[in-house]
Amino acid sequence: MQVKINGKAEEFPGGTVLDLLKAKKIEPQMVAIEINDAMVDREHLGTTQLKDGDRLEFLFYMGGGR
Amino acid sequence: MEFTEEQISRYSRHILLPEVGGKGQKKIAKARILLVGAGGLGSPAALYLAAAGVGRIGLIDSDVVDLTNLQRQILHHTPDVGRPKVLSGKEKIQALNPDVAVSMYEERLTAGNAIKIFNDYDVVIDGVDNFTAKFLINDACFFADKPLVHGGILRFDGRVTTIIPRKSACYRCVFKTPPPPGLVASCQEAGVIGVLAGIIGTIQATEALKLVLGIGRPLTDRLLDFDARKTQFREIKVKRNPDCALCGAHPTITELFDDGDPYAGCAVRP
Repeated sequence: MQVKINGKAEEFPGGTVLDLLKAKKIEPQMVAIEINDAMVDREHLGTTQLKDGDRLEFLFYMGGGR
Repeated sequence: MEFTEEQISRYSRHILLPEVGGKGQKKIAKARILLVGAGGLGSPAALYLAAAGVGRIGLIDSDVVDLTNLQRQILHHTPDVGRPKVLSGKEKIQALNPDVAVSMYEERLTAGNAIKIFNDYDVVIDGVDNFTAKFLINDACFFADKPLVHGGILRFDGRVTTIIPRKSACYRCVFKTPPPPGLVASCQEAGVIGVLAGIIGTIQATEALKLVLGIGRPLTDRLLDFDARKTQFREIKVKRNPDCALCGAHPTITELFDDGDPYAGCAVRP
């Protein structure tokens, strides 16, 4: 199936958001995630199944300023 | 208040704008804008707000100017190395525009001083470099009921968003808590392209002026992310989170607190 991550289409064999993060080697605590414009609780990443065509936003912390 | 002829001349390009005019320029002259951090983001914000004729600019920063700052912190010049940033900043602001009053707070922002300081301002600009302070600023703006223009920069990426407490998504609605300390690389390790501070800090100043003037559409419920490598902006819609610990229906944060290591660095993509 195909999902859109930060505007870019990517192939994903299917599974939960946590599976996708693991496949992409992203530490779940480093990112806030939106699916189809709705925030997903970090506690629900392992139980939220992705569907074909889902639009995901990976929002990484951006802390600098000085 | 009435403008002098010199002031009418100085601000003429603002006054010419129907959205600003003499009335709007007076709003700017009465505005009080607080910059938390007189560094990368605070520098362009301070200079443009000074040029715009903001009545009072507050600068909070406990640091002295370091040689490594000069690559991006354009409020400070080479002879300022070793001098307090708030003092160096005040001098530059007033050299650019003596109409502007500057309040200096040569201290760290804490749960103890934040609300008292914020109460004296109309808009707060986040120009700090660590998550503890970013969350503290978000929370203090909620309790003091002050609009916040949030900014962040790292490597080639920048982000800006405007937060109107109780009306639009806050920083905690999206990010909840600071990242765990062990996971984050420090700003010093990660680096940042200097001009990015100018781009993001200038957008922050634009947002602050719009709020003061009450014009346009604020950057609320949207994160504006900028990628300098591609010269590309991307807007991400966000919403208020009904479960937000600060501004949600059943808040668990009911007062300000100091959280974790104030020197915790800025997170980077793993």
